[in-house]
Amino acid sequence: MSDTLQKTVLHQVQHDGGAVMAPFAGYEMPLHFGSALREHHAVRQGCGVFDCSHMGIIDVAGVGAMALLRRAMANDIIRLKNPGRALYTVMLHEGGGILDDLIVSWLGPDRYRLVVNAATKTADLAHLQALAAGEPVQFVPRPDCALLAVQGPQAEAKLAAVLPDVAPHLAAQRSFAVWEGPQGTARHGWMLSRTGYTGEDGFEVVLPGDQAPGLWNHLLEAGVVPCGLAARDSLRLEAGLNLYGADMDRDTTPEEVGLGWTVAHEPFDRCFVGRQALQEHVNRFRRVGLVLQTRGVLRAAQTLWLQDRQVGMVTSGGHSPTMGCGIALARLDLSCATTAEQLQVAIRERLHPVAVVEPPLVRRGQITWPRRQPMGQ
Amino acid sequence: MAETCWFTPTHEWVRQEGHALRIGITLHAAQALGDLVYVELPEVGHQVAAGDAVAVVESVKAASDVYSPVSGEVLEVNAALVDHPELVNEDPMGQGWLLLLYPMGSLENMLDQAGYDALVQSQTQP
Repeated sequence: MSDTLQKTVLHQVQHDGGAVMAPFAGYEMPLHFGSALREHHAVRQGCGVFDCSHMGIIDVAGVGAMALLRRAMANDIIRLKNPGRALYTVMLHEGGGILDDLIVSWLGPDRYRLVVNAATKTADLAHLQALAAGEPVQFVPRPDCALLAVQGPQAEAKLAAVLPDVAPHLAAQRSFAVWEGPQGTARHGWMLSRTGYTGEDGFEVVLPGDQAPGLWNHLLEAGVVPCGLAARDSLRLEAGLNLYGADMDRDTTPEEVGLGWTVAHEPFDRCFVGRQALQEHVNRFRRVGLVLQTRGVLRAAQTLWLQDRQVGMVTSGGHSPTMGCGIALARLDLSCATTAEQLQVAIRERLHPVAVVEPPLVRRGQITWPRRQPMGQ
Repeated sequence: MAETCWFTPTHEWVRQEGHALRIGITLHAAQALGDLVYVELPEVGHQVAAGDAVAVVESVKAASDVYSPVSGEVLEVNAALVDHPELVNEDPMGQGWLLLLYPMGSLENMLDQAGYDALVQSQTQP
């Protein structure tokens, strides 16, 4: 069984560091390094590092690259004002359902980089290659690269301490900025983005795989806490960030899962895959956040009830370490008002009250629900 | 004086205390589950059959049933776990106990320490 699982270039150093491993998307990945709760709090209050090398990195180049990405993605890369910027987008099929969510970075003239989900990377590449058939576009998957996410309020300070030569670039990077190490320097082959999946400030670092264990060790020596997938999941859940395959999939449209904002409807003459279907689609449900009002843990597939009528389902849930209670992302029928006060969730055949909230629940270390009174009141 | 402790193949421990049985989950189970964030305990007076789920322990990862090794009636539950489920991780055989049961049958298919250790060994090393 474990023979068939792939390993990232950091597997050995993580194993030696006490990682408890679990299978994920065909890889054996760290679930935690002793305490997922401690890792979660480290990212909210200090700095943690995640190995994300299982994710798919695909370089897209050629004079047809821009036109292809404008056709393949629901968001419009024309919104990127200059190289060195990144964009979050979904990729749809002709039926308007979501094939994947990803980040597109504009690296330079006719050069782009996609970072896609691990479980979908093979299908994504095949889909893009089919779309690009006959056009001047080259795709280069980059399994030779590692991807480390350094996240938390101290991420910039910790990275700057470990990589003093790139400190000025880190300081200059705003959210969704991308910096590529120049040729002829020690950072050639590196890419630093001010992005993440935790609701905190942080960076994602792409670098040559053989250099990744060194960076990992240096970060740990600087006091950065190694984190596994369990903390990654509780952090993104608090931050209200969807998980592909749970909160969205090829049978859901962007608006139905809270990602309507990522679809660039203008300019009207841009024909992206799925556009027509989205125009004709009638939404079936909306995505909401839930806060459990009793003790317990919300989990995917638990059903939501208004009196004796089922009105929705939890798509991903768990315990919020920051709030100390059960939270979830869920689908709620459009017939059910988000202000419903009688909403209940079925946990092991018993009904418990839940509050409907607008994600995120935690951002930049602060709980956003219940909403604070405006200043001066 | 340490009482004799017995173990189930489903990773509960059982200790005889007078006429009652104190029940919890093993250190191995607590470590495998990871950080516990919620423990659902039965009502005092609740009657269970041998092999029934009598409690639920939820970690950040998943929910797991705790099975009663014997038929009986719940005499007492560890109320401290409501606010401090982490006691199960910190001290699974002591302060992290789950419930006290008055048995209405006899313990069967129980493992002693050596038998349980061998079971864990066989499950963790393919």
